[in-house]
Amino acid sequence: MTISVEDLATRQVDPTKPLLEVDRLVMRYKIKAGEVSAVEDVSFTVHQGEAVGLVGESGCGKTSVALSLLRLLPSNAEYVSGEIRLNGEDLLFLSNEEMRQRRWKEISMVFQGAMNSWNPVYRVGDQIRETLDTHYRGVMNYDDQRTHMEKLFSAVGLPPSMLDRYPHEYSGGMRQRAVIAMALACSPQLIIADEPTTALDVIVQDQILKELKRIQQDLGMSIIYISHDIAVIAEVTDSLGVMYAGKLVEYGPTASVFARPRHPYAYLLLRSTPSISGPRRQLAPLEGEPPDLLDPPTGCRFHPRCPFATDQCVHDEPPLEEIGGGHRVACWHHDQVPELEGALQR
Amino acid sequence: MTMTDATRTDRSARMNGQPLLEIRDLEMKFPISRGLFRSPTDFVHAVDGINFQIAPGESLGLVGESGCGKSTTGRMLVKLMEPTGGSIVFRDGDYERDVAKLHGSQVKEFRRRAQMIFQDPYESMNPRRTIFDTVSEPMAVQKIGTVPERERRVLELLRLVGLTPPENFLFRYPHELSGGQRQRIAVARALVMNPSFVVADEPTSMLDVSIRISIMELMTKLARELGVSYLYITHDLAVARYMCDRIAVMYLGKIVEMGPTEEILARPQHPYTKALLSAVPVPDPSIRRTPVEIKGGISKAINPPPECRFIERCPFAAEECRTSPHPPLEERGDRHLVACYRVDEINRELEAKQRELDAQAV
Amino acid sequence: MTIDSNKQAAEADLGVAVGGVTPADVQGGDLMKVPMWKIRWRLFKRSAGQTWGMFSENRMGVFGLALILLFAVMAIIHPILMSTIWDPRVYDPVNGYDAVVTEYTVVEGEPTDPTSEIALTEAKLRLNPTIKAGETVSIPTQPAPPSMDGEYAHLLGTDARGRDILSQLLYSTRAAFFLGAVAALTTVLIATTVGAIAAYFGGWIDGSLMRFADLILLMPLLPVLILLSAMLEITMVTLGVMIGVLSGFGGVAIVLKSQALSVKVKSYIDAAKVAGGSDWHVIFRHIVPNVLPLSFLFMMFGVTEAIAIEATLSFFGLLNVPMTWGIMINNAQTNGYLLSGTSYWWLLFPAGLAVSFLCFAFFLVGRGMDEVINPRLRAR
Repeated sequence: MTISVEDLATRQVDPTKPLLEVDRLVMRYKIKAGEVSAVEDVSFTVHQGEAVGLVGESGCGKTSVALSLLRLLPSNAEYVSGEIRLNGEDLLFLSNEEMRQRRWKEISMVFQGAMNSWNPVYRVGDQIRETLDTHYRGVMNYDDQRTHMEKLFSAVGLPPSMLDRYPHEYSGGMRQRAVIAMALACSPQLIIADEPTTALDVIVQDQILKELKRIQQDLGMSIIYISHDIAVIAEVTDSLGVMYAGKLVEYGPTASVFARPRHPYAYLLLRSTPSISGPRRQLAPLEGEPPDLLDPPTGCRFHPRCPFATDQCVHDEPPLEEIGGGHRVACWHHDQVPELEGALQR
Repeated sequence: MTMTDATRTDRSARMNGQPLLEIRDLEMKFPISRGLFRSPTDFVHAVDGINFQIAPGESLGLVGESGCGKSTTGRMLVKLMEPTGGSIVFRDGDYERDVAKLHGSQVKEFRRRAQMIFQDPYESMNPRRTIFDTVSEPMAVQKIGTVPERERRVLELLRLVGLTPPENFLFRYPHELSGGQRQRIAVARALVMNPSFVVADEPTSMLDVSIRISIMELMTKLARELGVSYLYITHDLAVARYMCDRIAVMYLGKIVEMGPTEEILARPQHPYTKALLSAVPVPDPSIRRTPVEIKGGISKAINPPPECRFIERCPFAAEECRTSPHPPLEERGDRHLVACYRVDEINRELEAKQRELDAQAV
Repeated sequence: MTIDSNKQAAEADLGVAVGGVTPADVQGGDLMKVPMWKIRWRLFKRSAGQTWGMFSENRMGVFGLALILLFAVMAIIHPILMSTIWDPRVYDPVNGYDAVVTEYTVVEGEPTDPTSEIALTEAKLRLNPTIKAGETVSIPTQPAPPSMDGEYAHLLGTDARGRDILSQLLYSTRAAFFLGAVAALTTVLIATTVGAIAAYFGGWIDGSLMRFADLILLMPLLPVLILLSAMLEITMVTLGVMIGVLSGFGGVAIVLKSQALSVKVKSYIDAAKVAGGSDWHVIFRHIVPNVLPLSFLFMMFGVTEAIAIEATLSFFGLLNVPMTWGIMINNAQTNGYLLSGTSYWWLLFPAGLAVSFLCFAFFLVGRGMDEVINPRLRAR
């Protein structure tokens, strides 16, 4: 395998071609008390060069989806059915070794809280070098690696001299940039960013998000953003999916979903998010708690908390259906969901 | 002890226009020790001489990024930390004290009037104590009431915070409840002795988004009904907008801007506030924010130099900023205070830039 | 655990229709139909039940507990036996005496079976010069091997002074438990208090307590105790207290202090202070209860240590106690039977195994509790 160490690979992207297709993925965790239905029939597609968001609250399954894509689930996780196709190849059918080849080179991940998982006793450069050793052994020599790492650091806006420093000498934002650099190390086609800015201050968060967008565009990468913060998702994604209790309840172009959310949960979520601009909208709380995934509700999983629920919702699970313009919803009564009053304006 | 509307009007009547809290030159300097026998020469200026007031029934938001000193300020106001300088004058009816100078049993008395709601719903309750124990603890340590009276009061409060039927929750343990329920109990505990002032330290930041609103609404409603003032500490400006009448923006131990919420959000004057507001993501992809960049310098928190604290990161820093001390808070219309020498010049610059952008867009 | 199942469990335990308290009850005089102490008792039972549930999933812990119960039975059974079927003159562990005699036949020349025959020359020398071959003589044999024959059964034989081994074994069990309890309780009481105070106050209080603990750590426990026993008369109680004090101020205090530190930084401690709690309220109502599970764990290991130390000290004959397992072993050694291999096994093995197994049992219980206390060790 020849690696170009001159530049980080930039690619031509064809935004109509799918890069990653998640097709009716079902994944469950086995625990002593039973089976936790963590990812239930989730399907979505990430195109080349696209930024996709997965939004939802704690326990909705978004991190489980991310880990499933990389096959980094714990030993008690079980893939029940479905496919994950990367460039047409089903990742779930690969052997462990074959998956190892793809991991980090084709898809990599910025894990939740990764900025705090730098080993404090090693220099940051040495830790990134470890990644390069693992994937490019025999192909890159020591100097090649150094050049490559310097390019990575420039790409994320860090001075190359920081490679020789220890993690405690970095600020929070710098550590997160270094994590992103590590994720970029093998020039993957897709990066999954799980809560990349959650622990950071607002101004640093803004800088990191802008940086990620720039990198994504410059290198022709696709990104999956996972976050519970809808405002962040609104800023950086082209399409987004809303997850609730292991199910994908709404999916579509970001602008479309925000302009007119069709799933009651998405609607209520938007109505319960305060914003610094626009009129001081009357915010509506969401009653109740997310369900226990050991014993999820029958029919539509949101029905116990849904103001539009009917008997049908209790018995039949609504499928994810297209309602036009690439916007899909899983709800029997999506046409009853009202418009968000006072659409935000400056 | 039942809560009625009389409490609130009663409180305001007793105030006659005086602020509930008046903070002057409040300071918290942490020494960085050097050697066993030498007195320290280096200090971290966590809170560096701030001044503000809170009126009865008012909610003041203390906003800033990590390390700005907002949490330290909050903790000083409830005597979890002793300030190294300044005064905290607390006026509650005929009770008037400088909280900074209280000692011993006086502190215990003060604690009946000022309380705190903590950030972490999982850690702010002793896992080995029941809800009843937790909520009635203030009464128990202050030796207020008999056990049946305390039970009655706890039930009343549980009902007030929306945990009904309250008897179901009385003898539960915290791990049996959800984050939102626990935070309601934190509110109940803070209000059990009918304080006139509550410091809320990021009470919703660890809750799920859909739950935050209910807690925020609860706090607002109770503030109105009981006439309680809040110091609401948060890094989330959107939340501050929803919860606070006024906002104070802190940077590196100083208040750089303060004023009515909508005024600050609509017309920020200090460059830091402008940068902060422009960085907050908005849940509407159709809105494009005008960026206000700040430089990537590092502001010294240890033994800071006397000039403006923001100088290393301010894109508008000029010669006068370098030669003058840190600017004082000055009023610029309708209770809007800004600590910056170059407010007018900065506004002119930004307006010119905006006109340029608009012209280019055409 | 869902909230609903909790509610049902709570209602069942509290024995009161938790949702059924009417406003009339509330506004009136006595609030709840059930008095507070009863509620606390039921809550305690419920949480004890849950703890037991978690503990019982661990086979090691349950096995250890069963073993401890076995020893407890042994301890209890002794006074019962002594007052019912055992004749105290024979079976008293310290003062009993049973002359176990064996019959030998006098034979000419060398005896073919040494256990039942004796040479004429030896018999004439040792017993009666006028003895003749063919006669039977009774020679007292101490220590006697285990047998059920004779007037009194000695299931584990007798020692060199004719005392029943089994009786000694059972009697000593009581002493072992007693010592273990005193030592472990003293250790934990001191260590928890020291740890909590050091953690809470910090500064010079912490510094001096921890330096003192370091000092104690440096002292080798056994030699110190040997020294003390040379200077003082040590009984079981004093030994227990001494072990407790020396362990309590030492390593255990350091570990419990670090646990107390991790409790101290939690916000419920701040909450307690803001509520108006005094330092002592915070220490004893919040910090100590959250350190106690770990203390309890160390209590188990403390018992182990105490029993082993006692055995060692008794072995050296340094204790002033009538009968313990250690003394049993000491008896075996001083009479020269220790090095005789397995010929006199009943003098050594019952006592030795008893010490080992009781220590092992408490250790297993401690390991089992570790999984209960440290949630990360539990199987998912």
